[in-house]
Amino acid sequence: MALLTCQNLSLGYEGNTILSGLNFDVEPGDYLCIVGENGSGKSTLMKTILGLQPPLSGKILTDGGLKINEIGYLPQQTDIQRDFPASVWEIVLSGCQGERGIKPFYSKENKNLARLNLEKMAITPLEKRCYRELSGGQQQRVLLARALCAAKKMILLDEPVAGLDPNVTAQMYSLIESLNKVDKITVIMISHDIDAALKYANKILHIGKTVFFGPANEYKTASGFFTDKKGGCES
Amino acid sequence: MIIEKLAYFQYPFVRYALIVGVLIALCSSLLGVTLVLKRFSFIGDGLSHVAFGAMAIAAVLKLTNNMPLVLVITIISAILLLRTGSNAKIKGDAAVAMISVGALAIGYLLMNIFAKSSNLSGDVCTTLFGSTSILTLKKTEVTLCIVLSALVIAAFVFFYNKIFAVTFDENFALATGVKTGVYNLMIAVIIAVIIVLAMNLVGSLLISALVIFPALSAMRVFKNFKSVTICSAVLSVFCTAAGIIVSVIAGTPVGSTIVAADIIAFVIFAAIGGFSGGRK
Repeated sequence: MALLTCQNLSLGYEGNTILSGLNFDVEPGDYLCIVGENGSGKSTLMKTILGLQPPLSGKILTDGGLKINEIGYLPQQTDIQRDFPASVWEIVLSGCQGERGIKPFYSKENKNLARLNLEKMAITPLEKRCYRELSGGQQQRVLLARALCAAKKMILLDEPVAGLDPNVTAQMYSLIESLNKVDKITVIMISHDIDAALKYANKILHIGKTVFFGPANEYKTASGFFTDKKGGCES
Repeated sequence: MIIEKLAYFQYPFVRYALIVGVLIALCSSLLGVTLVLKRFSFIGDGLSHVAFGAMAIAAVLKLTNNMPLVLVITIISAILLLRTGSNAKIKGDAAVAMISVGALAIGYLLMNIFAKSSNLSGDVCTTLFGSTSILTLKKTEVTLCIVLSALVIAAFVFFYNKIFAVTFDENFALATGVKTGVYNLMIAVIIAVIIVLAMNLVGSLLISALVIFPALSAMRVFKNFKSVTICSAVLSVFCTAAGIIVSVIAGTPVGSTIVAADIIAFVIFAAIGGFSGGRK
């Protein structure tokens, strides 16, 4: 059974349609890469899936008992975060907030989960450090650890390697791959990096003037998309 | 001479002023950290002008107890301002500036047209700068202030983790199932209550200082949210108490003296932060 199904989805802001008639589904264990030119609506699609903004029309169905507080999210960094006085520990723990409901304080299980995810991301030694003093790659790991605290079944990543150097990018990709393979978390990732998308993802969703949805190996042979992509892709 | 002056503290009105001042300083500094980080530093200024406008309306309507009207109007404005924060056509800072200047002008206009006292500029000055009204508090006002402050502090402690989550990354919080709308609403209501309370202390023009200075000072030195919040609360209480004591002894205006104390503290903290490499 599909974890997430989008039926005839239209996206946009206040009647300004960016994308319409979108159909795709995500099975448990999938690694879906969303690619497309700047402004094609990738981030809007992700926000719509997360319920941050309503779809203009169409439906997003979550089957198999997927609840909103079982989805983790790695957003692009905001201005506020760049000078926010918060320790790594406080940020990672805040990923558990979604399942707390009205309860005011974090439980022991929440703290254990946060500790576990710090270890997974290899940032336990940074626990007490201030977020704004970390390097870009370290900050992404912190936000990923936070997303993991919320992600029981699925994680959505909005350009997780934007602005990282090649070494750190490779590390990020292998971390995400191990989440998918070892922890069996379904991954939906927005990326500009077609090569990485083809290497790691099992499904590709290309949005823009033309839409492609299917297995990664078919994307390569599907006429037009691959070569088109190389030319139109910006980072 | 100073000993003689200290004798002032056996008068209840001086003790009332100290209690109310410390409580307001504590409440405003707690929320100050969140507001500064959310880029709403000027909301204190904007809302206090709204409260000023509301007071003018209450004066025109000849209400004997203007507190409920002022509180309601200020809370509504706070909700509108904070709600428009993320995706409005008029962005946060512009919306705050608009409401702030507009309410001030309308308030002054109303007072001018329907003026009942001959000393209009004196009245306006008192509302804006607080002057001595904190020294003329009645016991009921002090009780009201204690109750409201207790509520604010309790709400802050109870929702501390949620306020952190909503402030640090509202989209993430919303996406993972936190009811951010409710908590933003709560922050707006709390800040409106604090501002209406604080108008008695420092007057509307100087409320911003109470919200901004302790938070900014603490952020120079400390690097995590909890220490910043605690430091800002302690600092704010200390500066306010010091300001009130100095103003009673030296006969200076209460509000201005408190803000002066806050500025001195900020300079000291900025220097400490600079030396220890606290901020990069």
